[in-house]
Amino acid sequence: MTHISTEFWELLGYLLLVLLILPLICEVLDGRFGVRRNQAIRNIDNRIKAWWVMIVVLAIAVALGSFGVLALFIFCSFATLREFLTLTNTRLADSWALSAAFFFVLPFQYLAVGMGWFEVYELFIPVYAFLAMPMLAALRGEPHSFLIRVAETQWSLMICIFCISHVPALLTLDIAGFEGKTLLLVLFLVIVVQSSDTLQYIWSMILGRRKIAPNLSPSKTLEGLIGGVLSSCVVGALLSFITPFGVFGAAAMAGVLSVAGFCGSLVMAAIKRDRGIKEWGPMVVQQAQGGFIDRLDSVIFAAPVFFHLVRFGWT
Amino acid sequence: MNWLWGKGTLLHRFAAEVFGIGLQLLARALTAVRGLWVGNEPVDRPRIYYGNHTSNGDFVLIWTALPPDLRKKTRPVAALDYWFKTRIRKFIAESVINAVLINRVAETREENPVELMGQALGEGSSLIIFPEGLRNQTEEKALPFKTGLYHVLSQNPDVEAVPCWIENLNRVLPKGTLLPIPLICTVTFGPPITLGQDEGKDAFLERARQGLLDMAAIHERVRP
Repeated sequence: MTHISTEFWELLGYLLLVLLILPLICEVLDGRFGVRRNQAIRNIDNRIKAWWVMIVVLAIAVALGSFGVLALFIFCSFATLREFLTLTNTRLADSWALSAAFFFVLPFQYLAVGMGWFEVYELFIPVYAFLAMPMLAALRGEPHSFLIRVAETQWSLMICIFCISHVPALLTLDIAGFEGKTLLLVLFLVIVVQSSDTLQYIWSMILGRRKIAPNLSPSKTLEGLIGGVLSSCVVGALLSFITPFGVFGAAAMAGVLSVAGFCGSLVMAAIKRDRGIKEWGPMVVQQAQGGFIDRLDSVIFAAPVFFHLVRFGWT
Repeated sequence: MNWLWGKGTLLHRFAAEVFGIGLQLLARALTAVRGLWVGNEPVDRPRIYYGNHTSNGDFVLIWTALPPDLRKKTRPVAALDYWFKTRIRKFIAESVINAVLINRVAETREENPVELMGQALGEGSSLIIFPEGLRNQTEEKALPFKTGLYHVLSQNPDVEAVPCWIENLNRVLPKGTLLPIPLICTVTFGPPITLGQDEGKDAFLERARQGLLDMAAIHERVRP
């Protein structure tokens, strides 16, 4: 069981400072530039509101210790899985497989994470769920778009359960000289990835010329990606006091997470485009709130990468 | 025990309140349901919310999707024989959702269903009804409507009927499975309609059904 360290309170202090200063900067900048920039400022304003929620929820979870963090990410897996499956081609014949996804695969994966059974939580979904889920679907004897249906189901499990469960899996790592502080790694991951998202967006707005995938996400540019990754390295270096990586290690790690996060939001954008929606969550969106997947897409891709890098490099 | 558990006692009312909140939390956990108001506003006046009927959870979803102040004044219309079968059902129907209970068997009924519904509307309540009559298990979006909606409106011409398209609930509670599958559902409240001056029964029912189908069509482009 981990306890809250002084670094946690220090970090919380910095975060609150940033969250209080950023809206002031937005206020000053608002109305100084053309329409495009003003939209950007409103976008950042919305993100700041979401961060407040995130920080309060994360701080409560971390304060409750490993169980709090585990419970939080079980909920995230549940909520994203619910959103993801809503948009798949699954039909009545998949109902056994889908019930199993929610009521067996999800709890079992988190049980394995909670117990620290490394082999189990690394192999269970990619291998055994991969073999068993199509079996459950096949038993119902419905051949129509079978491969599409089972592929979509497996994808949902990988994205919403397997990848997300790698955030709380960080708590099971034994790092010499960093005992009892693994909760801070969770915060490092989430803060770096969330700020990298926004930094990429800001750099894109300021310098963006070359669009990377205009059909998928018009706001993603090469300039934004490079600027975002480099400034994420700075954020990582500033956060090095909550990591065992050292200043340069933390900067490099943040750079990698920034790229992984970029991949995550681009891939999710492709899925959204294909299904004709702007945001996950309720199908016809009137208010621009976005769903859980919109908020977590970059964390989803970054989490397993981060987990494995830390595990192989520092344990 | 009646002084403790009779209708109207503190314990009874408390249990009903807790049950109602539990029902809503369950609906929200399984479906994260949201109400979308298209060409319509949630206003406090007697209305008839009519929806597509695909599962037994339909009325809970409309009920949950309504804003809290309207929800308190909105009563589902339900079949007496189903809801009086067990004590727990009776408790839910009478105390939790405050249903307007209709006897479906014409020979044994004392009150006319249309009059019962008119009475509830007269008291300032709104109603939830499912004019298809039975659960739609066909490929059709909506079955032909039964005539009840027309009769109620012809006796209460000021009342508006609001189409409520429930999207996705048939996938959450598929027939013949034990466990529900959590998926996002929406209830789309469409533009209210009223009975025209000399509008015939069939013409009105077809227009009402079309109003519901129009709301279904909004979801068509995003369905895989």
